Amino acid sequence: MDSALIPKGVKRCSIGQFALWIAVVGAVLLWGVWAMLLCYFRGLNQTNMNNAYGFALWIWADLAVIALGGGAFFTGLLRYIFGKDELKHIINYAVLIGFICYSSALLILAIDVGQPLRAWFIFWHANVHSMLTEVAFCLTCYFGVLTIEYVPLVLENRQIDRLPFFHNLTHNMHGIMALFAATGAFLSFFHQGSLGGVSGVLYGRPFGFRTGLLVWPWTFFLYTWSAAACGPCFTLFITRITEMATCKKLVKDSVVELLAKIAGWMLLTYIVAKIIDTVYWAAVTAPAMGLTLMDFYSNNPGSAYGLWILIAEVGVCGVLPAVMLVAPGIRSNPSMRFIAVTLAVIGACLNRWVMVLQVQAVPVLPFEGWFGYMPSWQEIATTILPVAYGIILISLSYRYLPVFPQEQELNPIEGGK
Amino acid sequence: MDQQNGNTKKYGMVIDLDKCTGCGACMVACMAENNVPFREDDTDKLLSVSWMRVYRLGNGKPFPQVEECYLPRPCQQCEGHAGHSPCVSVCPATATDYDMRTGIVSQIPTRCFGCRYCMAACPYHVRQFNWWDPIWPDGMERMLNPNVSVRMRGVVEKCGFCFHRYQLATDKAYLDGRRELEEGEYQTACAQACPAGAILFGDLNNPTHAVHKIAQPDSTHGGRPRNPKAFRLLERLGTNPKVYYLSSKEWVRKAGDNQVQRTEQTPKA
Repeated sequence: MDSALIPKGVKRCSIGQFALWIAVVGAVLLWGVWAMLLCYFRGLNQTNMNNAYGFALWIWADLAVIALGGGAFFTGLLRYIFGKDELKHIINYAVLIGFICYSSALLILAIDVGQPLRAWFIFWHANVHSMLTEVAFCLTCYFGVLTIEYVPLVLENRQIDRLPFFHNLTHNMHGIMALFAATGAFLSFFHQGSLGGVSGVLYGRPFGFRTGLLVWPWTFFLYTWSAAACGPCFTLFITRITEMATCKKLVKDSVVELLAKIAGWMLLTYIVAKIIDTVYWAAVTAPAMGLTLMDFYSNNPGSAYGLWILIAEVGVCGVLPAVMLVAPGIRSNPSMRFIAVTLAVIGACLNRWVMVLQVQAVPVLPFEGWFGYMPSWQEIATTILPVAYGIILISLSYRYLPVFPQEQELNPIEGGK
Repeated sequence: MDQQNGNTKKYGMVIDLDKCTGCGACMVACMAENNVPFREDDTDKLLSVSWMRVYRLGNGKPFPQVEECYLPRPCQQCEGHAGHSPCVSVCPATATDYDMRTGIVSQIPTRCFGCRYCMAACPYHVRQFNWWDPIWPDGMERMLNPNVSVRMRGVVEKCGFCFHRYQLATDKAYLDGRRELEEGEYQTACAQACPAGAILFGDLNNPTHAVHKIAQPDSTHGGRPRNPKAFRLLERLGTNPKVYYLSSKEWVRKAGDNQVQRTEQTPKA
């Protein structure tokens, strides 16, 4: 029924199967929309946030998806600015994943604020000293850039491409894409960094606070660095998941290995910097504020924030995947590579988790205890909402757009359609 | 600089913990004065709004050495470094401001869009969110203070040292042809309500005011108190608060900060 829209030379499931798949994911999406509407109309009392936990699951999800969406800007930088031409076979997907991540982040932010109708105040009454202001401006601008990067892919749909105007528009947009890739990298540097600065500047919160360079705390640079390292890992992770779901090889190993190798080196250098930062914070910054390292990791209910979380983030999900991706023997093994990128993705999520949640859980006043938090179903549903939206957009894009340029070559159809 | 400039005030508080009985009159007065909303069941203190909150501290020792102390906690009106208090610098919409003329950290509820970044920034938990719209018991809306706007759901609010009282006092002084306020002309509701006289309020920059005489703020060291019995909460963080606490008990003074290693100084004559 929709075969005229499907790219030439590739095979897709039947429209019935596809509709069923979309219906299942769509049901999850509607669940999230229902929760979102509850939050809008009844207020944030629908959440389990409280006066001690002003930032919670949503802000973590926001920071995590933005970090993981960093694959778009970094792959674009490598492809268009550093001339890694081989990455043109995966850049479409990186852009699509980035587009989903950033639109999700904006959606979550729109739910998260107490007065959504006043959200524009962040632009109108902007406080230049606030990291969130920088986040808002750069995030919005970069989402515009990602949209511009995604549009040519949409225009490459078989039917749209038949129209000369759109065909030429796509061609011309591809011609100037390097400019947008450079703009995207510039904007990403600042908004990834300023997201790191969100907790790094909180000098009233010793767990999050970091010293730094000029007005930027070290977390500013660490966040950008980690996004450049873990973003491509997420691109590879989702690519592999898509391959498993479609039972097809979609990107050649040489392309995947190249991106994995670069991500590995970025991750290795990042984790060295992260370890130095952690040691300096534990030995100098925190004691100057009256706290020791173990004050941040002990005596909390159920050891939810025990030292294990630091070891998991830096060791298991930092050093280990970095070494795995840097070592050619391990990297070339698809299963080991998948484990490594999965660990790196978990590491980025863990880092954002502690820098949002643990910052507020740790007692600062000596006569207060640890603060606990468990998200409500409305928070969970609204966090899953963007995941469902992402799956639908990926499904639609995969079905109707030439997302993977190597798909046809890797999966020849007998008798060629 | 502050003390040389006659127009620059630094309003602050001295709370004598030896006198505080934990009666809660300050909390009640604050709520009534500032139209602070409450709910039928306000037992979950992490969801309720209290601009002034009284903490109960213990020395952790068994009977008969056990001792307790009540610690009223209004907004600490942090100056930070040059007015960069923890919450002011992070607000993306400039909904909170450090007033250099009075040293008071303001909050503009109609500007706030509820991102709650300021709450994450404040180590004292003085910033609280309106999780619900205020619902006043029948007839109570007629008793609300007309000088203080009520706040709606989805915005952050906090103590502002009864700033509306400052505005009323300065208006009155202006009509009287004066530019300066007398010490008693501008007092917060909590200071006036305290039956034990534990809360003193005034201009920390003014050597004739009681708060200055008692706290003896050292302007060369970020306002650190010279009075050996005085301390500020979380001194080490550098938030530079304007609420000073007094206690004759060392364990209480130590409870104010994390591992403070302070050299107790003899007040200058």
